Amino acid sequence: MNETALPRAKGVSLANPVRFLGLSSRVLPVLAVSAVLCLGAGLVLALFVSPADYQQSEAVRIMYVHVPAAWLSMMGYSLMAAASAVGFVWKHPLADVTAKAAAPMGALFTALALITGSLWGKPMWGAWWVWDARLTSVLVLFFLYLSYIALWSAIEDPVRAGRAAGILAMAGFVNVPIIKFSVDWWNTLHQPASIFRMDGPTIPAPMLWPLGVMALGYSLLFAAVLLVRIESEILSRRLRGLRHRVARAELAGPT
Amino acid sequence: MSAFLHMGGYAAYVWPAYGLSMAGLVAIVLLSLNARRALRRQIARLESPDGEPTK
Repeated sequence: MNETALPRAKGVSLANPVRFLGLSSRVLPVLAVSAVLCLGAGLVLALFVSPADYQQSEAVRIMYVHVPAAWLSMMGYSLMAAASAVGFVWKHPLADVTAKAAAPMGALFTALALITGSLWGKPMWGAWWVWDARLTSVLVLFFLYLSYIALWSAIEDPVRAGRAAGILAMAGFVNVPIIKFSVDWWNTLHQPASIFRMDGPTIPAPMLWPLGVMALGYSLLFAAVLLVRIESEILSRRLRGLRHRVARAELAGPT
Repeated sequence: MSAFLHMGGYAAYVWPAYGLSMAGLVAIVLLSLNARRALRRQIARLESPDGEPTK
């Protein structure tokens, strides 16, 4: 055992990128396989097994791709903001890396929630888009993700970029509860929460199960891709270090 | 089968929603794996014995 590693708390051991890569290579195959299985089963349940709605007919099936994307758009942002806070306060080496890795996926899921919502809104509400509180706050979420990604690519030094982008992520977190409660606080066309509510879900079991399996599949895929992207971020920092060393060696003179 | 594809008249909304969602998921997986592969290759090149990147 490494002596210097001993006084550290147990949870901190993951801070070591080498240990992270070791753990990730074992966890990733499990995550990837279960994500594919869940998504496959979820698609079958959503398209074949689940019933048509008595009001919405077959259009209700859009729910099974819309709701998981919308959930993960908010979970992804919460993860990004929490990781940024950890990076900001404790300077944990993997925190900023995790936040950065989550951003493109969060942006993707937000875009998918907006697009599938639009495709659901047109036949049900008669409009592709309405400027109500729920839709507008999710659009703001999408722009927050894009700004976060843009900040990272605008600042070259990873420490400074991480700090600036982290502040944006934390400040923007105020939007997440606004999205969640927008359907209660303002008049809207969007339906209120029907799963995560105090008195339990209000949608029937034959629709709840397919939604649950799809949501699990989306979450597992998110986790799997997150690990790959964290690995890439660690690798790109290693590459940066290698390039610096090569450049310094060349400056020192011909060998 | 054609009734299934018809989606009760909502085919124009249901299928694009599923198609775009799955395309998005597949795209982020492939992009992320490709990026990792490219980085691994670049690092392997720099860490190779002669130290010179091959063209």
